[in-house]
Amino acid sequence: MELVERFLLGGLIVSAFAVVGEVVRPKSFAGLFGAAPSVALATLTLTLFTEGKHYAALEARSMIAGAFAFLGYTLACVYFMGRRHLRAAPTTVALLAVWGILALGFWSLFLR
Amino acid sequence: MRIRFNLAGLKQIKWNEYLTRFLLGGAITVITGLIAKHFGPVVGGLFLAFPAIFPSGATLIEKHEREKKRRAGIPRTMRGRLAAALDARGAALGTLALAAFGALIWQLLPLYNAAVIFTGALALWLALAILMWRIRKLAC
Repeated sequence: MELVERFLLGGLIVSAFAVVGEVVRPKSFAGLFGAAPSVALATLTLTLFTEGKHYAALEARSMIAGAFAFLGYTLACVYFMGRRHLRAAPTTVALLAVWGILALGFWSLFLR
Repeated sequence: MRIRFNLAGLKQIKWNEYLTRFLLGGAITVITGLIAKHFGPVVGGLFLAFPAIFPSGATLIEKHEREKKRRAGIPRTMRGRLAAALDARGAALGTLALAAFGALIWQLLPLYNAAVIFTGALALWLALAILMWRIRKLAC
């Protein structure tokens, strides 16, 4: 039941942010919604009720490292799509590995 | 340049594209929860900033831009990829606001009312995102 709640809440919040991202202009501003805290909001809300404030705060601390890994990922996307003119779908999916490597690096350097 | 709302943007999106985002959002929220349960909150928390939705958003932007150009009689264009890159540049600014969102919750959630902190963190994310976008516009 908890997984279903997670799925529905996550889907709803992510969709809501995506819709806002579609209607705001100019496009350079709409891009900010690609890094909206949608998954974080859904997860932290549920974590708060199931595990408590301190557990949620610990998750939020790790989220900072995840956000910097996300920054490295988006900069790589800008380079490969904007400069190398590679297609969006394979580029953005393949570069998820960059997020993983950076997140793992930040975790081992600062959080472990 | 002013920030405005253009509801016509909603008409560009097909129902299956909404469904994709809903399913992806739901899936990543479930997966994040499972990772946190298995590996603990320190590892699980990293995935709160996983770019789960970004690839589908960038792909749709490229597709919509390509279709727009095709309708205008331009069969091959780089415009879609450049539009997706522009979206990524915006998201890069958003990630810094995302880090601030996490930092505020990390520091203040254990001390104050959760609803107030979540609302404040969301307001901080939006304010920082707008501020950084405006600074970048002024600098360019």
